[in-house]
Amino acid sequence: MRIVEKAQLMSAPEIDRTLQRLAHEIVEKSGGTKHLGLIGIVRRGVPLAQRIAQAMRGIDGVDVPVGVLDITLYRDDLSKVAPHAVLRSSDIPFGVDNMDLVMVDDVLYTGRTVRAAMNGLFDLGRPKRVSLCVLIDRGHREMPIEAQYIGRHVQTSDTEIIEVRLSEIDKEERVVLVDRVE
Amino acid sequence: MTHRFRDLLALEPLTADELSFLLDQSKPFQEIQRHPLKKLATLRGKTVALAFFENSTRTRISFGTAASRLGADTMNLQAEASSLKKGETLLDTAFNLNAMKPDCLVMRHAASGATHYVARHLDIPVINAGDGTHEHPSQGLLDALTIRDRLGTIKNLNVTILGDILHSRVARSNIHLLGKFGCRFTLCGPAMWAPRELEKIAPGTPIRCVYRIEEALEGANVILMLRVQTERLNEPALSSDDYILLYQLNAERLRSASRDAIVLHPGPINRGIEITPEVADGPQSCVLEQVTNGVAVRMAILYLLISGATETDTHPALEMKPKESANASD
Repeated sequence: MRIVEKAQLMSAPEIDRTLQRLAHEIVEKSGGTKHLGLIGIVRRGVPLAQRIAQAMRGIDGVDVPVGVLDITLYRDDLSKVAPHAVLRSSDIPFGVDNMDLVMVDDVLYTGRTVRAAMNGLFDLGRPKRVSLCVLIDRGHREMPIEAQYIGRHVQTSDTEIIEVRLSEIDKEERVVLVDRVE
Repeated sequence: MTHRFRDLLALEPLTADELSFLLDQSKPFQEIQRHPLKKLATLRGKTVALAFFENSTRTRISFGTAASRLGADTMNLQAEASSLKKGETLLDTAFNLNAMKPDCLVMRHAASGATHYVARHLDIPVINAGDGTHEHPSQGLLDALTIRDRLGTIKNLNVTILGDILHSRVARSNIHLLGKFGCRFTLCGPAMWAPRELEKIAPGTPIRCVYRIEEALEGANVILMLRVQTERLNEPALSSDDYILLYQLNAERLRSASRDAIVLHPGPINRGIEITPEVADGPQSCVLEQVTNGVAVRMAILYLLISGATETDTHPALEMKPKESANASD
């Protein structure tokens, strides 16, 4: 089996524009940045959350706090994650009680990551509201979970994989669609 | 860098890289000790067998708490109530426990090597919770984690170990772990408990035995106290009065150590024998941090060993059931 790149879905400037738009949407729908907190889901949700927070500074002049959440321990599939059993630290430097939290991740797929992230968040307290922001929604949900803020919808087949590559982690900046070929 | 561990029987065979990995993996679990809700479901449905053939309170409770905070259930076997008293062999007891299908065995035994012996015959991960005078790996790891948190590093420190080193598995695990990070050891205690042979137990690690406590403490960054088993203190060899006079760690003696030196003790403490309350409760003491870190370290060990044993060998990117595996980050 080989993995081949089929198409580029987003370029670096497109990612940037999309994040700007998402930041505006979040601020608009939340009625400002008061009580707002962003939770980046490890790994690629973290730089995305930081960039959205930076964009919000440009809109409202306010620093929105950003937390980091590693969901490995909250997954429902112990055997599947074991090959990457390296745990990263979660770091949420603010109290989540009564906060308006937006979880940020790169791709929304089955919804299992989000389910796990919510379990993790509720272990820390009782947020007033939790919503979800993703760069790409690729469908194929296995749980009743939807994102409130979506960068782009992409129709995919089961065998395809969407790779969000960010300069902070991958040394390049684009979103590609890859496929497995026999 | 990921590492795979089948069992955790001793720290001596592990590399510095593997030891660092174990310490790093304990960090997320330290955070969980600070959460208002400390219970995870990560190991839900898994069972950890706790077989303590030798008495233990702290370590047994610590492993039990670690297992339950990960969502696992525990089976408990205690020496006094066990069939060993009725003549069953150690291996038969282990096979019987294993027949109840636990996913991991945590074992303590008074005989050095007993845990290795049992591990060779079982197909589940085995964790050594102390075997005779050999090793106590989870204690070594929690001590190192405590030192790293307080001093910022475990590299190139002067470590002084005080007390009954000859009979101490805690001392050995600490020497084998910290020795791999360039630490230098000074062992100090009555000559019968700190024989010169101990200077050679970890080739490549500088170890010296000294018999005056003031000399042993000079320049120490870490002071590792060992519990003095009061039943071993008796006339005429060494009375407890003599021990206090010669080897007790008090505030005045502590001043010979480095100014920011920290004091560790695996517990239980004999206040007024090996350590004065002033030192045990003082700002340099890390005794209770050690206990808190113990739960975190043991959660990391249980998580790594049990998830490692559950693992399928297929790499997720090449697995045939695409829906389960694609977008591992999702």
